[in-house]
Amino acid sequence: MAISKDEIIHIAKLACLNLTEEEIEKYAQDMTDILEFAEIVNNLNTDEIKETVGINGEYNVFRKDEVKPSLPREELLKNAPSQDEGMFRIPKVIQ
Amino acid sequence: MAKEDYEVIIGLEVHCELSTKTKIFCSCPTDFGGDPNTHCCPVCMALPGALPVLNEKVVEYAVKAGLATNCEITKVSKNDRKNYFYPDLPKSYQISQFDLPLCHDGHVNVELENGEEKEIRIERIHIEEDAGKLNHDEYERGSFVDLNRACVPLIEIVSKPDMRSAEEAEDYMRKLKSIFEYIEVSDCKMQEGSLRADVNVSVRKKGTEKLGTRTEMKNMSSFRSIVRAIKYEASRQIEVIEDGGTISQETLRWDDISGKTFSMRDKEDAQDYRYFPDPDLAPIILSDEYIDNIRKNLPELPESRKKRYLADYDLSMKAANIVTSSKYYSNMFEEAIKVCDNPKSVSNWIMSDIARILNEKDEEPDSIPFTGEDLGELVKLIDDGKISSAIAKKVLEEMFENPEKPGKIVEKNGWVQISDEGAIKEVVSKILDSNPQSIIDFKAGKDKALGFLVGQAMKETKGKANPQLLNKLFKEEIDKR
Amino acid sequence: MELYEYTIHEIAEKLEKQEVTSYDLVKSYFDRIKEKDGVVKAYVSLMEEEALAKAKDIDERRKKGEKLGKYAGVPIGIKDNMNVKGTKTTCSSKMLENYESPYDATVIEKLKAEDMIFLGKLNMDEFAMGSSTEHSYFFPTHNPWDLSRVPGGSSGGSAAAVAADLAPAALGSDTGGSIRQPASLCGIIGLKPTYGLVSRYGLVAFASSLDQIGPLTKDVTDSAIILNLISGHDEKDSTSSRREKIDYTKSLVNDVKGMKIGLPKEFLAEGVSPEVKDAILEVAEKYRELGAEVEECSLDVGKYSLATYYIIACAEASSNLGRFDGIRYGYRTEKFENLKDIYKNSRSEGFGPEVKRRIILGTYVLSSGYYDAYYKKAQKVRTIIKNEYDKLFEKYDLILTPTSPITAFKMGEKSNNPLEMYMADICTVPVNIAGLPGMNVPCKLDSNGLPIGFLLIGNSFEEEKIFRAAYTYEQNTNFRDNKPTFKGGEN
Repeated sequence: MAISKDEIIHIAKLACLNLTEEEIEKYAQDMTDILEFAEIVNNLNTDEIKETVGINGEYNVFRKDEVKPSLPREELLKNAPSQDEGMFRIPKVIQ
Repeated sequence: MAKEDYEVIIGLEVHCELSTKTKIFCSCPTDFGGDPNTHCCPVCMALPGALPVLNEKVVEYAVKAGLATNCEITKVSKNDRKNYFYPDLPKSYQISQFDLPLCHDGHVNVELENGEEKEIRIERIHIEEDAGKLNHDEYERGSFVDLNRACVPLIEIVSKPDMRSAEEAEDYMRKLKSIFEYIEVSDCKMQEGSLRADVNVSVRKKGTEKLGTRTEMKNMSSFRSIVRAIKYEASRQIEVIEDGGTISQETLRWDDISGKTFSMRDKEDAQDYRYFPDPDLAPIILSDEYIDNIRKNLPELPESRKKRYLADYDLSMKAANIVTSSKYYSNMFEEAIKVCDNPKSVSNWIMSDIARILNEKDEEPDSIPFTGEDLGELVKLIDDGKISSAIAKKVLEEMFENPEKPGKIVEKNGWVQISDEGAIKEVVSKILDSNPQSIIDFKAGKDKALGFLVGQAMKETKGKANPQLLNKLFKEEIDKR
Repeated sequence: MELYEYTIHEIAEKLEKQEVTSYDLVKSYFDRIKEKDGVVKAYVSLMEEEALAKAKDIDERRKKGEKLGKYAGVPIGIKDNMNVKGTKTTCSSKMLENYESPYDATVIEKLKAEDMIFLGKLNMDEFAMGSSTEHSYFFPTHNPWDLSRVPGGSSGGSAAAVAADLAPAALGSDTGGSIRQPASLCGIIGLKPTYGLVSRYGLVAFASSLDQIGPLTKDVTDSAIILNLISGHDEKDSTSSRREKIDYTKSLVNDVKGMKIGLPKEFLAEGVSPEVKDAILEVAEKYRELGAEVEECSLDVGKYSLATYYIIACAEASSNLGRFDGIRYGYRTEKFENLKDIYKNSRSEGFGPEVKRRIILGTYVLSSGYYDAYYKKAQKVRTIIKNEYDKLFEKYDLILTPTSPITAFKMGEKSNNPLEMYMADICTVPVNIAGLPGMNVPCKLDSNGLPIGFLLIGNSFEEEKIFRAAYTYEQNTNFRDNKPTFKGGEN
């Protein structure tokens, strides 16, 4: 199954990526190859098989409802590309 | 066709913040307010490498909510990721539940205006995390991200499209609010965003089966705007259809100021959330024992309280409905009757004056600043003849404005009822002297005249005279004349 | 013998007897790094100042007779996708080039509690996506056995550093072979523990259901020692196992008599280089000699595993890497007017081509209309693969395969063809899919003087059997007499 350039453009949009014309073409080809290979899984009969959820059999992994100290704000904000008054600053979002 | 030929179909997705101490996937506090980004850690700020761990209370509260709304509990469920980019969503995915919500197929009953009950079906209740908050600056060109609320636990209650009017939608949401308050899984404070709804509205011609195209109004957080928005949106849709147009499925924003809905997202950006099971979290498997244990420990629900009030206290259906409509009313009622042993009077005070004052203030029962004990004392003051009902109304106003014990308020303002026969006799004589016509009228069988005389006496005593005594003495004095 | 040539257990002994100081030891590594890392390029950042200061402090405490951890003052290198508080954690990506972590990964906390010393952060394929360390944003790492060749990946920096004596041991992470394959190409021991044995908290996620941290070491004993230090339940990781802790050094027994080892024929078939195949058969023979039962068996999961792996790993990665949006940390584009620009441009400029390729693939397989055909199906195939292994482990204690079908390849040789690149993982990937433990053990050099390694796969949480078999092989052979030559540097 060949992946079209339009599909790559749509997927890139979902993934918030800007692709150049060249990249679109290359990824369309790569994706076609990889997914053709991945078709292998479709040849297996899995009607009776359950999908794996939780690889090591653990379940009900819960935490107690107890407050622990938060991290100091300056630590959490020290990597922010732009900040103001203790908040992350972004271009104005119109709602 | 006229508006009356259409039927409005409403479905609600109610988001309710759970009142756990910590967030759903980390140990940061859920307290409302706080300086921006001070209730945050690597997990809720989605730093690289941080991992979520589920709060056990969230599961417990959600199951509680499910049982209280007659839901089935899902024995094996899981958390799923809902992927989309938005600055208030730090991981760029929201951990929610997709195909296996914790609770499903429940219902609640709402009381319609005509006294009938109607069942509103609940499709599902699932757990998820809240998003952060975007603050907007009026002056600068910027928005600011505060993640204190990110990762706060929510349940989302999805109804079937069973409501047929804005009032029904309000009643349904009030019912949910009341139930969640009773079982103490949420404080349901709408002004703090603890309870809000996405409202789905469509219209169809009466008698047709097929549902119309619906629009969705997101994040509605007051009963008043929900009602207004539904009414507006229904009329708008009918108008569009009557003009030969079609409704497009879209998300709308309700603007409270203009009283209109506006299109929110551009349509080409059709969402594809790419749900998949969150590999960072283990499955949730609930035993019958776990579920039964929660069921056993559920506090008494409004339905049961209502039945009890009807049977034990002989309240009217209307009174029982109103008193049990809120945990705060109901608890107040039960506390009050321990003090005054007059359930009917207590329920009347709640139904009439208290409800009216709250309505005037645009507040909810949770903000009543006095206790049930205080209300009981107030009723007892009347019953003991210490104050009149008229004075009691003034005392109640005062209890809202400057909360103090009713007895204290009466004392401070010198509102103690005059029950001294001698003093009242003086007033009675004075009033009779100046109203001879009333004496004639009363003797001629016009009972109204007595009311007028009592009113005059009340005026004279600034409402402090004991009304029973007044009645008695007026009759005695008139007989003498 | 130079200080930097010792293993961790040898160093620990010398430190305890106060034959050497931690300071001299750490210094010898930084001297060695200055001498050799110019050509190997294993490290992306060094912690020289802190490391030497810490070494001095530990020496003083030791002199005072203070009770110290058994491995106090022993240095170690860390793959650059594990958070170390106050230092850079870049994942070898432009996206995190300047990111300084405000917290410690659980494994780092554990090593700190032991007073071990961090030498620096090691190069990797960007976000651990690759098998050659050529996909690092900063620079490729070179194989110490032949500098014109790749060290494998994605933990290529970790493997090359240990092989070249730039660190006595290192932590790596393994999603589809990222510890074992570079260990094989660099001729060292590399262990991927059972999924859930080591906490992932603080490891920058690539594929959450496959990622696992493990040690890269000079010998089997060191591997057991490091695993002892980093394993155990962590309440911050919901997928971390609640089993009781095991002392793996107790499994360092020179005896495989009675052990049953399966040798799946499919992993010695087409695609495996003849020299690798012969080496594996020699290993099988050696085990027979040592008293184990080695039997040919069948395990036909290779190709399914690879397809399943790329679907699951990319799907999870596409979601895990959503948080890199240029808002709270990481690279933010300079070209923006609105929020959308920040998202799209930051991510497009901040991620390299291989990362973008996998995000696209992952987004595709999760998107509406394809989820059932790919992701859901892959999770079912995953169950089948797990069942296949379960069947084999009813019969065998261990499974023996090559770690990599080929030895170290030339730089640039494979990076243009993703499918060919992915085939390099065919032996290691099924092990992650099934969540099993696996260890690379070096066995011989090929005709080009490049290391060949074999892979011992155990049943879930049965690392002990792997340690025993690997230790026995090591004690009865002499691969460690070979030393990297640093040839091929002219390229």
